[in-house]
Amino acid sequence: MIVGLYRAGDSRLHRAGPGRKLLALILGGTLLLAISSLWLAALGVLMVLALYGLAGFGPRILWAQLRPIAFVLAILFLAQLWLATPAEAVLVVLRFAALVLAAGLVTLTTRTSDLVAAIERGLSPLSRLGLDVAKISLAISLAIRFIPAIGQIAGEVREAQLARGRRPSPLTLVVPVIVRLLKMADEITDAIDARS
Amino acid sequence: MSTRDIVLVALFAALMAALGAFPPLMIPAIAVPITAQSMGPMLAGGILGAKRGALSMLLFVLLVAVGLPLLSGGRGGLGIFAGPTAGFIFGWIAAAAVTGYLVERFWTSLNFVTAFLAATVGGIVVLYGIGIPWISLVGGVPLATAATGSAAFIPGDLVKAGLAAAAILMVKRAYPMIRPAHGRP
Repeated sequence: MIVGLYRAGDSRLHRAGPGRKLLALILGGTLLLAISSLWLAALGVLMVLALYGLAGFGPRILWAQLRPIAFVLAILFLAQLWLATPAEAVLVVLRFAALVLAAGLVTLTTRTSDLVAAIERGLSPLSRLGLDVAKISLAISLAIRFIPAIGQIAGEVREAQLARGRRPSPLTLVVPVIVRLLKMADEITDAIDARS
Repeated sequence: MSTRDIVLVALFAALMAALGAFPPLMIPAIAVPITAQSMGPMLAGGILGAKRGALSMLLFVLLVAVGLPLLSGGRGGLGIFAGPTAGFIFGWIAAAAVTGYLVERFWTSLNFVTAFLAATVGGIVVLYGIGIPWISLVGGVPLATAATGSAAFIPGDLVKAGLAAAAILMVKRAYPMIRPAHGRP
């Protein structure tokens, strides 16, 4: 199984329902985008930081959320500094920091399975419009099961090629893996159809 | 959607995740990491066709959103979608749809040139056409600035479009998934 980004804990944030957390995130994010005051944006960042404290997360986890966008954010900061005002530049950085940290906090405090269940519950009213929620659930659980299997198949193909004295290149690896997957799809389909 | 379609959609979402686990190639001269993952939408669309290809990318985006670290470099979670480059993630869905649509159109006479064209239009033109305005809009910078910052990735993406085109052709010969003309699967 692949390990999700969830960090176990017993804080109030961990215990809150995923639907409520998502709703709070959407409301908070909309609010952040609507304000143009530097001080309110800074207040937003401080509030999110306080929530990280409440959830029991330290600076290392905090930085791990920001690191992936740090580079783009630095470029945006410089561009704003050059094109607009220093205040605008700081506002953009604060806004993104607050948004990304808040969204990351929902991921850190909510199990993947709980989020999937929340999505399925959220979609279920749409089943009257012809949306097959059971099929969506099936697709999600199949994909999660397939991810480790594909790594294994790629390893087997690579070994087979090395055994035949061929050096695997990206192309000679990816094509046999895909063909194996397509053949696998038929077997899996038969297995699922036979059970239902 | 038949059971087989769902299985295929799930398999290509998982393949996308496997591509993200490939170590990125660093090109020192331009300091831009080249990841195998952006080949995923081209492959999904070009092999499964527009509808199933786009759905597999939608499923992959959903898996990232529910907290699985499947983006190259082990990134994932909702934070990704709040960042300035989220357009490049959402754009994968349209990239697969357009690549798939073009490959379906060219299907009976598909060759390297037309497959490369499909992968380039879908996986580069459409993807950047969503990703660059997104940065500009949410980051409050002019389009030209956002475009300049993204241009460094284009040479690597062209190489990937070439690889994807070759793979699409080889898979078509070995195990064709798209049926020509009327009555697509």
